[in-house]
Amino acid sequence: MDNTLNQAEVEKIEHDLLNHITHRKKVHNIWLGFLLLVIAIGIFAYYRQLRYGLIVTSMRDYTSWGVYISNFVFFVAISLVGSLVSSILKLSKAEWSTPLTRLSEVIAIASIICAAIIIIVDMGRPDRFINVLIYGRIQSPIIWDVIIIATYLGLSVLLLYTSLIPDLAICRDKLTTVPKWQQKLYRILAMNWKGTPKQNAILLQISTILSITIIPVAFAIHTVTSWLFSTTWRPGWDSTNLGPYFVSGALMAGAAVIVIAMYFLRKSLFLKEYITLSHFDNMGKLLVLLSLVYLYFNINEYLGPAFKMVGVEGEHITELFTGKYAAMYWLVQIGGLILPIVVLIFKKARTPFPLMVVSFMVILGAWFKRYIIVIPSLQHPYLPIQDVDESYLHYIPSWEEWAITLASFGGVLFIITLLLRLFPLIPISETIHEKSAKNSAS
Amino acid sequence: MKKTVNNRRSFIQFGLTSGALMLAGATAFFQKIKTTSASTEKVKVLTTDGKVMEVDKAHVNEPCHPVSRTLARQGIKGKKFVMVVDLSRCRNARKCISSCEKAHNIPHDRPFIKVLRMQDNEESSPYWMPKKCFHCDNPPCVKVCPVGATYKRSDGIVLVDNERCIGCRFCMSACPYSARVFNWGEPEKPENYNCAYSPETSTPSKIGTVEKCDFCPDMIRENKLPHCITSCPNGVLYFGDKLSDSVTNGDETVRLSEMLRDKGGYRYLEELGTEPNVYYLPPVNRLFPFKEMDENDVSQSEI
Repeated sequence: MDNTLNQAEVEKIEHDLLNHITHRKKVHNIWLGFLLLVIAIGIFAYYRQLRYGLIVTSMRDYTSWGVYISNFVFFVAISLVGSLVSSILKLSKAEWSTPLTRLSEVIAIASIICAAIIIIVDMGRPDRFINVLIYGRIQSPIIWDVIIIATYLGLSVLLLYTSLIPDLAICRDKLTTVPKWQQKLYRILAMNWKGTPKQNAILLQISTILSITIIPVAFAIHTVTSWLFSTTWRPGWDSTNLGPYFVSGALMAGAAVIVIAMYFLRKSLFLKEYITLSHFDNMGKLLVLLSLVYLYFNINEYLGPAFKMVGVEGEHITELFTGKYAAMYWLVQIGGLILPIVVLIFKKARTPFPLMVVSFMVILGAWFKRYIIVIPSLQHPYLPIQDVDESYLHYIPSWEEWAITLASFGGVLFIITLLLRLFPLIPISETIHEKSAKNSAS
Repeated sequence: MKKTVNNRRSFIQFGLTSGALMLAGATAFFQKIKTTSASTEKVKVLTTDGKVMEVDKAHVNEPCHPVSRTLARQGIKGKKFVMVVDLSRCRNARKCISSCEKAHNIPHDRPFIKVLRMQDNEESSPYWMPKKCFHCDNPPCVKVCPVGATYKRSDGIVLVDNERCIGCRFCMSACPYSARVFNWGEPEKPENYNCAYSPETSTPSKIGTVEKCDFCPDMIRENKLPHCITSCPNGVLYFGDKLSDSVTNGDETVRLSEMLRDKGGYRYLEELGTEPNVYYLPPVNRLFPFKEMDENDVSQSEI
């Protein structure tokens, strides 16, 4: 360990950053209990769906994909945050982002796990999931998605784990008061880490390889998800723009999620010294940049079809701009995209509370944007919808669909909370390392 | 029934009945009883406990020949099935829909066939367009299926294996013709239907899986026309084999190539490149003037 930081300083950092593992607050247990309740309601709704079939949803023959799929796309989008912070920012040497790397990796893993669960919930025959392995056809974009999700999950877990190893060793050495099983867990996971120069060299090499590898995989995971739509002839989906459009939207939503997580965790885990105002300022700027990129792809996505107004494509655009979905569409585009760009230009807005509110709007917008991408497209087929029950013409999710969707949010938060109960949120050894590097420089 | 019969007579009787049963393709069991109209004709059948019984002919269903799932993937050799829909003859009688629903035991809310009221623009005259699965040669549904549950056969037919389908509904999103329907809930069990499931009959329906028009391969195997063809009162629908260049609507048999040439045959949404196997003849020189459908027409035709 670097000697430019004295023993007391090192101990203070270790104490501060391990504090949330050793000192559990009652409110955290209530929080976990609340999440479990939300998940339990979702499980009950899913039990009903398993028993009676997808008839309990509001999906029918025309709107054959609903809120499950749009929610799936949302969580895949959120999962890109892991690569954004821990690879893109890390590789571009944005050192201020160090305290946020683990947070972003944890969020990425939690949301990718829940995305995978949601896609199984959407299946008419989850009992036949094994068919995907037995009869899987590599020609099908769904199989591409299965492969890429598994790859991304694997890489994300590795990225989180390798960066955790030095901290696990600290946990092993310092956390002697935690339960036996937890001590054992740290001992096993730390893999005899001693921080020798050789170990450090190996770890640096692995983490560099991983953080480079994960970028194309992260781009692929959301591009492949966009191909589930763009490989069909549906209006609004049949677009070559969909890949970058999805990826840029995902990075923007990911940055917003980080801001919200930062805001709440910094307060509840007493990390104000480590997650500082400059982090909010920087994340605010990053959010503006990513929103501008997404705005560009939005204009590119809608201008062409809106200019030409061809057939069902025109009907679809009309529906979004002035029809049934107009209110949602403009709220999403203005509240979740234009407004953040305008507001966050001002320095005062890049302080914790306003930034959190704006980020919340971005997330809300991102969720409804995916709803708007998935559902209206299905309601404008080439052949007119006739001779069907009135209910086939609209889609308003049933309570079971809402319950399962909320449970998926509960699940993501539950996984994040559990991981933060066991592991330090802010990389301890990296913080010590960077602080001492700064000290020696000055 | 006679109580005392000599051995020889009972032997012959037994042989004849069991022979008749084998011819009918049944196993040696008394399979199904129909509850529809009675006739005076009697047939002898063998019961499960080995007794010979004489029953009303109308009470015996024709035995089913469910083709195995493996065989149903291969298709009928040397054939390429096509359909031609003559729009100038359709008056929305909807008999194709009702006969299809009856044959496949499907409820009204997920029909394999639709008769759509089409109008290309304000000035052009509306017309009725019967639409079913187009059994494309470049089928988007088959391309996207992750498990090969929907597949293209050598005879051009696209089928769904409802025992393999995982219910992801990607095929429904991919089909530009909205040809597919889904079993959202538990489908009603067809009455007195004891045949095993086959992709060729699409019956019985299975929950959580996708279904669609199957071109009735079970009928074709018996050298019969699909139900929609024979039930159409106006001869709108022609079915046949592209390789032998002939199609029939049950009344007349014509050369496919000549018909398409002389009557300006086309395929719907040719520009998508899906290569459908259903052709349309334009609604010119119509047999019937266009009449809007009123509620009574629907309810009558659906009964």
